[in-house]
Amino acid sequence: MSTSSETETETETENKNGHGTGTGTGTGTGTTNGTGIETGTGTGTGAEVGGGMGIGIAAADGARPPTGVGTSPRGTRLTLRGATLGHPDAAAVSGVDVDVSPGEILTVVGPSGCGKSTLLRTLAGLLPPLAGTAEQDGHPVDGPGADRALVFQEDALLPWRTLRANVELPLAIQGLPRTERRAQVTAWLERVGLAAQAGQLPHRVSGGQRQRAQLARALAGRPRAVLMDEPFGALDAQTRAGMQDLLVEVLRGTGATVVFVTHDVDEALFLGDRVALLGAGRLTAVREVPRPRDRTAHNAPARLALRRDVLTSLGT
Amino acid sequence: MNRSARYALRIASLAVALGLWQLLTSRDIDLWLRFSQFPTVTDVAHTFADRLAGPDYWTDLTDSLTRILTGFLLAAVLGVATGVLVARSRLAEDLLGPVLEVIRPVPAIALVPVAILLFPSNEQGIVFITCAAAFFPVLVSTRHAVRALTPVWEEAVRTMGGGRWRVLGSVVLPGALPGVFGGLSVGIGVSWICVISAEMISGQYGVGYRTWQDYTVVDYPGVFVGMVTIGVLGWLTSTAVELLGRRLTRWLPRTAHVPAARPKPAPAGAAPSPARAAVREDTPAHPEEARDEHLVRD
Repeated sequence: MSTSSETETETETENKNGHGTGTGTGTGTGTTNGTGIETGTGTGTGAEVGGGMGIGIAAADGARPPTGVGTSPRGTRLTLRGATLGHPDAAAVSGVDVDVSPGEILTVVGPSGCGKSTLLRTLAGLLPPLAGTAEQDGHPVDGPGADRALVFQEDALLPWRTLRANVELPLAIQGLPRTERRAQVTAWLERVGLAAQAGQLPHRVSGGQRQRAQLARALAGRPRAVLMDEPFGALDAQTRAGMQDLLVEVLRGTGATVVFVTHDVDEALFLGDRVALLGAGRLTAVREVPRPRDRTAHNAPARLALRRDVLTSLGT
Repeated sequence: MNRSARYALRIASLAVALGLWQLLTSRDIDLWLRFSQFPTVTDVAHTFADRLAGPDYWTDLTDSLTRILTGFLLAAVLGVATGVLVARSRLAEDLLGPVLEVIRPVPAIALVPVAILLFPSNEQGIVFITCAAAFFPVLVSTRHAVRALTPVWEEAVRTMGGGRWRVLGSVVLPGALPGVFGGLSVGIGVSWICVISAEMISGQYGVGYRTWQDYTVVDYPGVFVGMVTIGVLGWLTSTAVELLGRRLTRWLPRTAHVPAARPKPAPAGAAPSPARAAVREDTPAHPEEARDEHLVRD
């Protein structure tokens, strides 16, 4: 659940939030939605971010992992039915009914401490539901497994392993022969732009690079679902926007189902096919997002209306 | 301060101590503390030279070393295994915890009667006592280190499909290593205390046995030869443990005060990376450090 450090970073990024949204969206329209967060300053920065990532992607595209990621849709269906989630002595969320279809990106947004992480841990199989069921493709989730990878907010890389060795870990667990492991890891590291840092220990690289490595590690095991727990929450706004684009890019073709938890409404609206709102101990709504993962759609009226709704129902 | 200056200082520290000893004893100074009966440094040195030439000294040395290494290695393995078990399993904690906690306060040297009753030979008894001495520091620090592991490391490995053994090998043991080595450092020191005491009580050969023999025949320089031997051996073995520990936990983020990690000239503010080991030959270390952000922003 929300540790004190998590709370700290959340407040910190909450402050940056205003800046982040500003740079991403305010293309001179001076958007106002009554929330007071929007600053509408950084004209055109969004496009720049996209362009920057474009370069990274172009470089990475040639080096797809040789396993043929993305040949067939292989996402998994994740379902919670009437689930009460939390630790035995402290239920965090109750009566959760949500169905994530294969290949969908569901973002879960809510204030800190509302049980977002708990929801994710339940889907990962780390935490059994207190009531109701958690299902994967109709079968109850009875423990963690390689087909549901979890990406953490920070510091989940093993500090004694180099970035390369960290990304290699899921492949080693799957029992791949060493040469094949090497090849795949090299491809993944190139894909997330870490080829040059492969031999570095996690504490020697930046926070953004660590999260790239985590992303590569999660995806290297070819999971059918990726569960992401505020993976970019501790990053600055610029790095975060770049990471969102990178995420979209590396997910493309994997067909993996994604549940992405964040406290950043704009991040949720950019990434998600649907947005689930969590607050006051329950799942308050699940909304379709118009034109997801399209930076230019940020100011589309439908998106703005949804954004306003989401912010209102979260009580900000 | 550079490296050679620090070594010079260390040697000077030893030399001053020896000089003071020589001064006090050769002048037969009796100022409440009585140094008149005390052997001088030169007496001890002569005896030491004689002993080194004789066969017994080396037999004693190898006997003591064999005992302590056997006992200590046994303690390391048992201590780490039990520590991990107790920290990871509630059942093990309930089953073993009370027994261990009751035995733990008993000084290992007080186990001499137990050793005599249990073991057919003195030799095994001494190894047992040495092992018992080092076992508890290793156990306790392993237990704490395992309990203090960051939970996300384990969760990460489990969500990659890693099982119990994978978690043990990839997370628990490497993650607990810094703590384990804390215990091993303490353990090797306690082991020396106990191996020497046990030899004094029940040994045949061994540095402790020889030292006690010399005392009973009032050969004081001989006693000091024994003490110096114990001191040097203890220092060497604990340094070995320390170095091994540092080598195995090189991944720990360290501040710059590790002496070797601070090359003096720092050209143009681009301080060379201190973690020499971390940087593999295939990575040109520094220019890439800030690259991540460039990639995003440009």
